[in-house]
Amino acid sequence: MSAGAALTDAPAPETAAAERHGGTAPRVTGPRGPGPARRLLGLVGGLVGGLVGGVLRRTAAVLALLALWEAAPRLGFVDRIFLPPFSEVAVAWWELLADGQLLDDARASLVRSATGFGLAVLVAVPLGLLIGWYRPVAELLGPLLEVFRNTAALALLPVFVLLLGIGETSKVSIVLYACTWPVLLNTISAVRTVDPTLLKLARSVNLPPWRLFQRVILPASVPAVFTGIRLAGAVAILVLVAAEMVGAKAGLGFLINNSQFNFAIPQMYAGILTVSLIGVAFNQLLVALERRFTSWRTSG
Amino acid sequence: MTTKPIPKIRFERVGMTFPVRAPRGARARISSGARDPARSPAGAGFTALEDIELDIADGEFTVLVGPSGCGKSTLLDLLGGLALPTSGRVLLDGEPVTGPGRDRGTVFQQYALLPWRTARGNVEFGLEAAGVPRRERAERAGEFLSLVGLDGFGDRHPHELSGGMRQRVAIARSLAYDPDVLLMDEPFGALDAQTRESLQDELLRVWQRTRKTVVFITHSIDEAVLLGQRVAVLTSRPGRVKEVVPIALGDGRADIRAGGGRADNDLAGGGRSGDVPSGDDRTGGGRGGVEDPRSTPEFARHRHRIWELLHDEVSRAQELEREAVAL
Ligand SMILES: Nc1ncnc2c1ncn2[C@@H]1O[C@H](COP(=O)(O)OP(=O)(O)OP(=O)(O)O)[C@@H](O)[C@H]1O
Ligand SMILES: [Mg+2]
Repeated sequence: MSAGAALTDAPAPETAAAERHGGTAPRVTGPRGPGPARRLLGLVGGLVGGLVGGVLRRTAAVLALLALWEAAPRLGFVDRIFLPPFSEVAVAWWELLADGQLLDDARASLVRSATGFGLAVLVAVPLGLLIGWYRPVAELLGPLLEVFRNTAALALLPVFVLLLGIGETSKVSIVLYACTWPVLLNTISAVRTVDPTLLKLARSVNLPPWRLFQRVILPASVPAVFTGIRLAGAVAILVLVAAEMVGAKAGLGFLINNSQFNFAIPQMYAGILTVSLIGVAFNQLLVALERRFTSWRTSG
Repeated sequence: MTTKPIPKIRFERVGMTFPVRAPRGARARISSGARDPARSPAGAGFTALEDIELDIADGEFTVLVGPSGCGKSTLLDLLGGLALPTSGRVLLDGEPVTGPGRDRGTVFQQYALLPWRTARGNVEFGLEAAGVPRRERAERAGEFLSLVGLDGFGDRHPHELSGGMRQRVAIARSLAYDPDVLLMDEPFGALDAQTRESLQDELLRVWQRTRKTVVFITHSIDEAVLLGQRVAVLTSRPGRVKEVVPIALGDGRADIRAGGGRADNDLAGGGRSGDVPSGDDRTGGGRGGVEDPRSTPEFARHRHRIWELLHDEVSRAQELEREAVAL
């Protein structure tokens, strides 16, 4: 939301400048009339209008939700003890940020999820390429992978705690575990569903296996691999927050759980908000990365 | 053309039967391309080609025509070494084909462009495999892109090109690495009449200059007669060679050749390269008195002959389809 505000604020000085410019223009270009200046003004105005309109359109639903959140407790539709108005949550969020607690918790969570997520990508992408490439291996491991994927990672949380304790290791491990499956399975299927005509082409020019892999299989798999990575990004945060609710001394999951425990309800919502903000930001980051790697799909 | 000691390409009683696993699944798969053959009992496999006998001389331009699903692409795959025949042998220079090689260049029916590469990158693909150094690669890619009329489109990705442009990129790619044998599967299928004609000319010119052996698949009878020295008509499923029609466009061709300023070559050649946009728009025919080869009685005769041969097969293929649906 701060980004949205910045975007709406930003054009204002530009408009002012354009107006000033427009004001002097007719005198300077007197004989030719105000045409160009006015056109410039119109252009800038249109641009600003478009920008504001675009931002509005994209954030309208979010703003509406926040408005509802603000209004509902105040109007007594919901118990404001359990759902304080958004403004109170925002204040609590600000206070948590100011005293550094929020940053500590966010950092703890980010380090854990990034570690687990990063390790998962590092392990699962090459493994998936390998498994997908060797058809018999894929066929052999397929059913096993299905079982793992369909076993909810959170159901295994107690097992992880039993085996690895309640420290960092078990938390990073469960994130690693949960992130591995989407990446692995998407990578395998990416390799296995490479357009057969491209394989035919590669064979027709006698491309050796390694080159075939490097020049055809790998680039052809990138989009599907990224889909898996984005799924894993969402999973990383989801699983971590849950893990942090079970025996942790820091982290956003801990913050949320602990606040609820101490009946610090606005703080609890502040934690939840932070989780969703991080989730959105992380996803945006991955989308941007994906766009970079698959630029050939959208533009030259 | 008259004596062929060792044919460049020889099909010796070549048969191709695709394995069919579960009859139901197979039927579903087959029906997407062409319908279930009435003659192939379920489980016994799907016979796409049977007893293909065909010799192609070095430097010859052969055109394959036949109803959809009769096995033309399969035949080309066998020649390209992308599949091995289930019976008989395919010989290239007297040696059985055991796998793909860069002595053969293929234009695939589905273009097979790498979507993450630009047009230029796609043309360079075959050159990379051939180990051509980078500088020369770029140079040759540019040259062949301009040959197919894609100057200035080198940096576009396939999704930014029209269907016909993609097809031309695929053609440029196969020409660029200079294979002995060109295997072209409906390479001009997606082109407008004008572009098609200019590329037909270009192909003939390349062919004349380099004496490549060309095997060319088309659904257009006109194109077959225009390009081919010989046109092999295949039967509907399973594909066999029904008849090989030699194309001799007759004495009229001499004038055409002279008109086109090309005094070379046997049968197939030069005059057709001098061919300007034809059909209804022959106003430009004044170019050295160039005549549209399609207007000659010889052309019409060949055209009709092939049409007759095909007509029977196409209606038989449709009958087979109907039977398969009724089953
Ligand atoms: N891999 C495969 N497995 C099973 N059947 C196949 C396979 N490839 C081709 N066929 C079948 O073999 C027959 C010949 O196919 P092919 O692609 O060679 O036809 P075609 O003559 O090129 O047709 P078109 O003119 O439509 O391109 C078809 O009936 C097709 O269904
Ligand atoms: Mg075909």
